Amino acid sequence: MATAFSSINVVQHARCDNFSVASRKPSSAFLGSTYSIRLSPSASRSASVSAAVNRKASSVSAVSEVVKEKKQKSVSSGSNLLITKEEGLEVYEDMVLGRVFEDMCAQMYYRGKMFGFVHLYNGQEAVSTGFIKLLKKEDCVVSTYRDHVHALSKGVPAREVMSELFGKTTGCCRGQGGSMHMFSKEHNLIGGFAFIGEGIPIATGAAFTSKYRREVLKEADCDHVTVAFFGDGTCNNGQFYECLNMAALWKLPIVFVVENNLWAIGMSHLRSTSDPEIWKKGPAFGMPGVHVDGMDVLKVREVAKEAIGRARRGEGPTLVECETYRFRGHSLADPDELRDPDEKARYAARDPIAALKKYMFENNLVKEAELKAIDKKIDELVEDAVEFADESPQPSRSQLLENVFADPKGFGIGPDGRYRCEDPKFTEGTAHV
Amino acid sequence: MERDPCVCVMGEDVGHYGGSYKVTKGLAEKYGDLRVLDTPIAENSFTGMGIGAAMTGLRPVVEGMNMGFLLLAFNQISNNCGMLHYTSGGQFKIPIVIRGPGGVGRQLGAEHSQRLESYFQSIPGIQMVACSTPYNAKGLMKAAIRSKNPVILFEHVLLYNLKERIPDEEYVLSLEEAEMVRPGEHVTILTYSRMRYHVMQAAKTLVNKGYDPEVIDIRSLKPFDLYTIGSSVKKTHRVLIVEECMRTGGIGASLTAAITENFHDHLDAPIMCLSSQDVPTPYAGTLENWTVVQPAQIVTAVEQLCQ
Repeated sequence: MATAFSSINVVQHARCDNFSVASRKPSSAFLGSTYSIRLSPSASRSASVSAAVNRKASSVSAVSEVVKEKKQKSVSSGSNLLITKEEGLEVYEDMVLGRVFEDMCAQMYYRGKMFGFVHLYNGQEAVSTGFIKLLKKEDCVVSTYRDHVHALSKGVPAREVMSELFGKTTGCCRGQGGSMHMFSKEHNLIGGFAFIGEGIPIATGAAFTSKYRREVLKEADCDHVTVAFFGDGTCNNGQFYECLNMAALWKLPIVFVVENNLWAIGMSHLRSTSDPEIWKKGPAFGMPGVHVDGMDVLKVREVAKEAIGRARRGEGPTLVECETYRFRGHSLADPDELRDPDEKARYAARDPIAALKKYMFENNLVKEAELKAIDKKIDELVEDAVEFADESPQPSRSQLLENVFADPKGFGIGPDGRYRCEDPKFTEGTAHV
Repeated sequence: MERDPCVCVMGEDVGHYGGSYKVTKGLAEKYGDLRVLDTPIAENSFTGMGIGAAMTGLRPVVEGMNMGFLLLAFNQISNNCGMLHYTSGGQFKIPIVIRGPGGVGRQLGAEHSQRLESYFQSIPGIQMVACSTPYNAKGLMKAAIRSKNPVILFEHVLLYNLKERIPDEEYVLSLEEAEMVRPGEHVTILTYSRMRYHVMQAAKTLVNKGYDPEVIDIRSLKPFDLYTIGSSVKKTHRVLIVEECMRTGGIGASLTAAITENFHDHLDAPIMCLSSQDVPTPYAGTLENWTVVQPAQIVTAVEQLCQ
């Protein structure tokens, strides 16, 4: 039956007729699309690229190949379904939470409760949910400035994220981080970074710690995995490549997830990248590169299972490129004038939440009432988060100097011979350091 | 490393090669290739990796093969190393040590002769120390490793061959305290790293000429030990700063400002600051010598100050 989510054997997404279809062989979803692209050098390359520029999204979506195939994942249960009812509900709830939360952020921003640069995740929920819901609490997630939904998926309470966005002291970072710097030690969310690419080495470090624990500290059961999320723009940045090299070299337990939404603010991926197929860059460093339809949470989940499993077993990193799209502008300050309305409409039709709903109905996994109950629950949760954030206090002055150093002796010794941090003005936040 | 299995080393050639200046010699054989990690040449990323490891529970010591190479790691040192403890609301501490040889050597050329202390000093959230003797190198290194804060430890290319008898018992120095090298009455000379030796050489000449300089090795470049410095200023009323850093925006510049701000009333003369010339260190030996402060200049400066 034709559904937005086909079975595990044939994976489909938007096609571009310009590209030749090589062999359409059935393969596991780990392989991503079954189309292969044939780009011949120079002349036809520029033709296909310019054609692609006209079609924008579709040229990027056509491809895949598995470079290293350790084991072929057989379809799990006899039922041929990709997901159980419980999993389906969990996944649905997480995506709806992400969507409703971000929509609320937009409202709050325009009402003057939230400030600065706020980057919303609408449309990309399948990637966050698809990966993070498979992780354990001890696994680490590293994100970018588009991090609200990664935080929520990882388990950071909506109240704490909303408070952080409002700049209140009850926020997950006490109001000191803001939209672009979500951190949670409890849930192992290691940021939240404003400069693109600078989180990837941090993720590599977290993966290094996991390997170190297992091999040097002899914690035999330490198999924590780190998942690093970043965008297409980051894939032209040096830190990306440096970390691909190190992760593959030392077989670090990390998954590099590229959320390719085709646009870096107003810069189209195709205008900035010599070879736009990012997944291909994995094999250049000795790790599998996978391309998956990032608008389809079930496909992302299948790929994620493989990639996370690889890392957990100590087989090393994987590069996963998720074709996805952001329904809103780069940030709430972005007028979003450059993107073609047709492109936006095409992707809106592939809304991951709608697609999951359709799959679950068509496979009789859930009833409408159950999903509506979840919708209501999430609405209430997010409203409660807003209320909580609204009523929370602003940080007091005493918070100003508190967390600059883990050991506040780092502020040094004052003229009177005492450590500066012992000065009462320091704890009041009025000392000048 | 023996005391705490979470302490590890990362950098270029720190493992099998033993370190470009042999600082990590023998460690890889003893502790293995993962604990003493030879990294590819990717300063920004492996420094970031060290920071990520520090955030998740390890205590890495990251080596810049030459301090100058850490310019490539500026993104990570400024944004992540310095800021993340604060930005995360105190959730993640970053007990990392970033160290390496810097300073002007013997005709190493401009790029290998840099003093990065001036570039890093404004980064909030880090501490900077400079060692100058085997005794304080060991003590400061131990303190830096044990500190919960990120510390940048500046070593000097020309000081690795110094020999000194140091205690067998374990000792740890304070990261925030300055070192009284030679007590005196007439003038306070503040210095750090290699210039300490030029100052001590000048001090010999000065003593013969009848002066009594007080020499303090400030050691802690950020934050300054205003107590030791202040006590000295209150005693001698004259300050000379001798540093290898560049004149513009260097440690001396900051120190001058800090002393003026805090101890202005106690000064009998304007603060004199002798720094290196604001010049890319030339290769030619003669030119290189004129770029950094030499003992003769220090003697002249003290004579001028004490008129």
